[in-house]
Amino acid sequence: MTTYAAAPALLDILPPKRIRTGWVGFLLNNPTIAIGLGLLVCMLFLALAAPWLGTVDPTALEPIKRNREPSWENWFGTDAFGRDIYSRVLYGARVSLTVGFSVALLASASGLFIGLVSGTIRRADSIIMRIMDGLMSIPPILLAIALMALTRASVENVIIAITIAEIPRVSRLVRGVVLTLREQPYVDAAISCGCRTPMLIWRHILPNTLAPLTVQATYICASAMITESILSFIGAGVPPIIPSWGNIMADGRTLFQIKPYIIFFPAVFLSLTVLAVNLLGDGFRDVLDPRKSKSA
Amino acid sequence: MFSYIARRVFATIPVMLVVALFVFSLLYIAPGDPAAVIAGDQASPEDVEKIRKSLGLDRPFLVRFSEWFFNLLQGDLGTSMFTGMPVSELIAQRVEPTLSLMVMTLIIAITVAVPIGVIAAWKSGTWIDRGIMAISVAGFSVPVFVVGYLLAYFLALELDWFPVQGYVSFSKGFWPWFETLVLPSIALGFVYIALIARITRATMLEVLSQDYIRTAKAKGMGQVGILFLHALKNAAVPVVTVIGIGIALLIGGAVVTESVFAIPGLGRLTIDAIVRRDYPLIQGLVVVFSFVYVLVNLLVDVIYTVIDPRIRY
Repeated sequence: MTTYAAAPALLDILPPKRIRTGWVGFLLNNPTIAIGLGLLVCMLFLALAAPWLGTVDPTALEPIKRNREPSWENWFGTDAFGRDIYSRVLYGARVSLTVGFSVALLASASGLFIGLVSGTIRRADSIIMRIMDGLMSIPPILLAIALMALTRASVENVIIAITIAEIPRVSRLVRGVVLTLREQPYVDAAISCGCRTPMLIWRHILPNTLAPLTVQATYICASAMITESILSFIGAGVPPIIPSWGNIMADGRTLFQIKPYIIFFPAVFLSLTVLAVNLLGDGFRDVLDPRKSKSA
Repeated sequence: MFSYIARRVFATIPVMLVVALFVFSLLYIAPGDPAAVIAGDQASPEDVEKIRKSLGLDRPFLVRFSEWFFNLLQGDLGTSMFTGMPVSELIAQRVEPTLSLMVMTLIIAITVAVPIGVIAAWKSGTWIDRGIMAISVAGFSVPVFVVGYLLAYFLALELDWFPVQGYVSFSKGFWPWFETLVLPSIALGFVYIALIARITRATMLEVLSQDYIRTAKAKGMGQVGILFLHALKNAAVPVVTVIGIGIALLIGGAVVTESVFAIPGLGRLTIDAIVRRDYPLIQGLVVVFSFVYVLVNLLVDVIYTVIDPRIRY
């Protein structure tokens, strides 16, 4: 009688791998998005909860305590006017995040509209694109500077100025996508079925522009935060009385050789926030556009 | 090819026209009264009136624009409100430091970024590649003035390798000039390096998967030869494009870098113009910078025909 060794059950060799689905699984599969999102949520928390995180009034002047090194009392030290840098940095997060998100939202909405018009209405296209070419040949920061020189310093005006500087790039992107989509067979099919232009744009073209637009919006958010800090740093941005990271660094500029920490803390926060948004953008790009992820 | 270049040059004319029109009309489309904004909060009504006159806001838009534009064509950018000097003269005085900074940055950025990108593509998927790409993401995220202050603090203040701030004219000798420009150029070039390295890597990856690369390998060609002779040549067009587009980053960054390192160039002039709300000067600077940007990209288009013989016009 021959005995056969029983083939071991597959489960004994390979223990069942737990495949996570849903949000957790998505984040585990996309570590870039997870890290970026985590960092960004931290910053959002710091910005929103700033009043309850041991901060004092970020604009309160205390001349006796000016230029203190970081200590237990003032975690990040104080600046030339005795203002607590820790409090200023936390409140500054509000300005940067507001500017970043608003510009991303406004620029993509306006860019989407302009791009759709330009991509579908041939007669408008050449005019719009000439204007966009012109706007694009003005370096964005300079365009924002020129706009800010003509308006009063305020957070709203900074948002508008950076948005205007970013719109040409978004509309170019959307227009490009629309032009390729227009040649797709399914669009021809929709037209042959009697789909009218507004419906065609809304149902068939618009949804396909959203993926690249989301990626672009994330990068715009990152560059808007940098532009805001540059504008504030050179004195053309948020009014000096509002603590923004650019303003704090501008205050520390003259003292930088002896009190580098005034610049150091806002710089670290700014860089981390921008890094978070950039990571998020890279992650979105990989998820939303599998073709590009291999090459870039 | 010459007809192509001629056509490209003509194509830049409408672009420059839009730039000029836009920069000029900003005065008119800005919300509120630009004269009052420029005069500041403490200005008397007479001051505001004076500024309105000097900006020509009391005259019709088209009259003012055509006048301004014809002056512009003759190289006259108007008169600075603060110093009373011609804007073109003010700009000409400050060109040297900015030009030096930009050229040095370009040289540093290209010599660092291209090999880095090539290596990342060659070692793609390894920790070398990941490390380079991580640094490049950081390069996009750390603002230019932060890099500038870090470099100035550690390399100049702590280690005393370079002068902390300032600029020495080229006419005072090569070495002092070079020394003052090293740190600003690295700071300014940081984001540029990240950009170029990323594009180089991406296009090189594409090129390296081509058949002729395999052929070159099969016939026993050395790795370096393959990378730099066969592959890089074919990856050159996107890389050159991004170098051209990135000039916009350099121009924006120069404004900040010059402020960090106290370099008396066009960037400093821009900041002074903002602080003094000298709008004609700001206008002139934006027009000049945009013109340079358009010219550089024109040059890039011409370079295409040289580096890529497949492009025929």
